Amino acid sequence: MEERKHTSLHYEMELQEIKNGLIYLGALTEKAIQSAMTSLANRDSDIARKVIKEDDEIDKLDSELEERCIRILALRQPTAIDLRFITTAIKITGHLERIGDMAVNIAEKVIQLNEEPQLKPYIDLPHMAGIVGEMIKNSLDSFIESNLEVAEKVRQKEQVVDDLNEQIFRELLTFMMEDSKTIHRALMIMQVSKNLERIADHAKGIADMVTYMVTGECVRHLTCNLDEKKE
Amino acid sequence: MDPNAIINMHNVNFYYGQSRALTDITMDFLKKRVTALIGPSGCGKSTLLRLLNRMNDLIDGTRVEGEILFEGKNIYASDIDPVEIRRKIGMVFQKPNPFPKTIYNNIAYGPKLTSTNNNDMDILVEQSLMQAVLWDEVKDILNKSAMNLSGGQQQRLCIARALAMKPDILLMDEPTSALDPLSTAKIEELIEELKKDYTIIIVTHNMQQAARISDETAFFYLGNLVEYNKTGKIFTNPDVKHTEDYITGRFG
Repeated sequence: MEERKHTSLHYEMELQEIKNGLIYLGALTEKAIQSAMTSLANRDSDIARKVIKEDDEIDKLDSELEERCIRILALRQPTAIDLRFITTAIKITGHLERIGDMAVNIAEKVIQLNEEPQLKPYIDLPHMAGIVGEMIKNSLDSFIESNLEVAEKVRQKEQVVDDLNEQIFRELLTFMMEDSKTIHRALMIMQVSKNLERIADHAKGIADMVTYMVTGECVRHLTCNLDEKKE
Repeated sequence: MDPNAIINMHNVNFYYGQSRALTDITMDFLKKRVTALIGPSGCGKSTLLRLLNRMNDLIDGTRVEGEILFEGKNIYASDIDPVEIRRKIGMVFQKPNPFPKTIYNNIAYGPKLTSTNNNDMDILVEQSLMQAVLWDEVKDILNKSAMNLSGGQQQRLCIARALAMKPDILLMDEPTSALDPLSTAKIEELIEELKKDYTIIIVTHNMQQAARISDETAFFYLGNLVEYNKTGKIFTNPDVKHTEDYITGRFG
């Protein structure tokens, strides 16, 4: 249903600015992951260093968005859908900032990996990164469109990423068992995979918050109904 | 019917002359809870409040249909004395309205009229003022005029005056709209305390106040009860779009 506009147009504008800021922050984090994975695939440490450097912008935008949300909480005292929107926005900006940090973690591992010969051709990792990138995009789309179906799609993808991470872990374990000289590189690749898996967790966290924003129901944990606890 | 209800309204309609101010209201008010009535001006919330202790009887040309039960008895039945109802269901108004008497006599006035035993009047005055968290501020000036008190103190005095009648229910019609933030905070704190012993029904235009102090909230619009639910639910995730539009400021 089309949301009616607030009587206060300034308030309406402030909420829209937060939405726009989150879209931009989402785009920055998606780009950071893509670049980190490109630096891995192309063995290009310059791209990896750029990812690390550009994380400052993500951190800055995260702080700015959080401050805007707190300002609205203090000055506008939002209720109902507006309250759920603002609390969701605060959580999402936190998730996106952490995703930016994961991209930096990956970039740091890539720089180390590039100093040694490539252990193996990367097949599953780019596949995993593709799914994770799509999860972030979908989670943000679900937020912008208040779309529960898309949010659910993100949740379902999380298991696929978990399975891929397991698979990569097992494969690298065989490398390490066969040749101890591969241990360092295998551990680095494992960490890249683990970071992608954690990014997927954050995308799921965003999707969960979108569900809360739209329905008012908490899906992250089984019980969180304060009214029932109070009774 | 909720077993914890102290007031039950069934299909209540209320008319000022030909004009219907409340339409088919059915709701229960729960014992020892704070219920907030919210809605835009003219939605019928104050009219409903005044129905609960028959204050609307004092307005010519009004008419009530339906049933309002207080502890199971219809308060509009022919054998019910409205004065007795108003003793059990006290009221505090928007503007503090102390009598032009001493602080002591403001509290003692009602009980003296309704009781033959005035021996314990000093205790009753002290108790009522203590319940209204005013005792410490006025204990040394009980014989001074109530008109010298500040607005916030006068309002607490009016609450103490209502409590002195030992009511079951306190009706409050925008009790803090004429007060500064500090006095408002004191009254809100007082309401939190009072609900341990009394049922409180409050009309307020201040949505944050309703959210802060009430357990249940009812939203009215054009004389209709639109939504009535736990306050936490109304202010975080109301069921009705109209309620959401009102409390989020997407109205009109």
